Amino acid sequence: MPDERLDVESLHLWRGDRHVLRGVCFSLASGECLQVTGPNGSGKTSLLRTVCGLMYPEAGRVLWEGRDVRSDLRTFHCALVYLGHEPPLKADLSARENLRYWIGVRHRVGAAALEDALERVGASPWCERLVRTLSAGQRRRVALAGLALSMVPLWLLDEPTTNLDTEGQQLVGSLIGEQLARGGMVLAAVHHELPATVRDLRRLELAA
Amino acid sequence: MSGYGSPAAGVVAQAAPLARQATVWAGSHQAPLLDAARLALARDLQLAFRKRGQLVQPLAFFAMVTMLFPLAISPELARLREIAPGVLWAGALLASLLALEFLFRDDAYDGTLEQYALSGQSLTWLIFAKTAAHWLLTGLPLALMAPLAALSLGVSDAAVPGIVASVAVGSVALSLIGSIGAALTLGIKRSGALLSLLTLPLSLPVLIFGARATQLAISGGPLLAPLELLAALAVLGVTLAPLAAAAAVRISLE
Repeated sequence: MPDERLDVESLHLWRGDRHVLRGVCFSLASGECLQVTGPNGSGKTSLLRTVCGLMYPEAGRVLWEGRDVRSDLRTFHCALVYLGHEPPLKADLSARENLRYWIGVRHRVGAAALEDALERVGASPWCERLVRTLSAGQRRRVALAGLALSMVPLWLLDEPTTNLDTEGQQLVGSLIGEQLARGGMVLAAVHHELPATVRDLRRLELAA
Repeated sequence: MSGYGSPAAGVVAQAAPLARQATVWAGSHQAPLLDAARLALARDLQLAFRKRGQLVQPLAFFAMVTMLFPLAISPELARLREIAPGVLWAGALLASLLALEFLFRDDAYDGTLEQYALSGQSLTWLIFAKTAAHWLLTGLPLALMAPLAALSLGVSDAAVPGIVASVAVGSVALSLIGSIGAALTLGIKRSGALLSLLTLPLSLPVLIFGARATQLAISGGPLLAPLELLAALAVLGVTLAPLAAAAAVRISLE
């Protein structure tokens, strides 16, 4: 049985003279979803970037399976996928090519799995088009396909529902639901509540 | 790495419906490093052919610069032959500098570098793959164009292999040195001037040995020694530059 577990211990992060994260603590076990809320500038994105190791906190630790992630970032990165507020897509590649390269660098992607993921997010009809011709919502859907393809225990999502229509937001909800059902965990920074379909939601409120 | 990768992970627990199933996480089939690097290389090549303008720009610049000298100095072949090594190498150096700006910039904007850093693969290798793609797209074409430029400067056919070899090897070193500069200036807006200030001094040895090799190739002398020195610089670059560039990229992501 997977025993993945993420513990964040009193993170303090300074950006210049701003004390962005002031002792953030939480833990996330298999099958749990934590929704991070807070006004603009409260450090939601900084929190996600610190947790995944892109930013170095001034104090505090991030533990993965009980071990400090700093001691073995590579293993930790193999276990997570981070989706920033801009989908990490190349404007001059098609949706399908983007996914093949983006996820392929991480792990092997079968052609069938790729098509399934595109189908899942409703991208099949336009997956051959260059990303520069896609709308913001369509790009977000391609990013969601990448999420569906990366079979990793920890999802770090920054505003996953931005630019999506109602149906797209439901899709985010069901993707998260599936991730939790298979024992994964989700840490999502959001302005708008995650769709109500996500059960067992925990909340973390960051002060401005 | 408990959980994923263990042989038992493939057995699905049927006991609790809708409760947790033992999952095969992707950690168990992480792409081999070489596959990842090959994909990073292929992505850059494919992108370059989608944006041919960016590809042609440094080459056109190189052709223009080398063509200006016969016009500006004199069409006298003996004099042109004399300045040919310097013209070729200064042109190649500036052209490769021009191309450097594109090495990481787009990837930094669209989040590709971030994803590389979080891919669980060695960022150093991925950066090396990117630099290799950059060399294939600028250094190699420059080496192939150098004979044309040399011939227009009155250099004899016999010197062509030596010139191609020196530009090919030298441009490897230039791409690698440049990758450090490009990575260091990632966080800076309008970094072009700073990039050249950082990169040009480090590139001087390449310029010196490259021009020397070219000079010897033209005069028919033994050019093995400067070529070997260029190769040594390239090897030094291969071993150290990707490490430094990856570290600089990591800092820029913070």
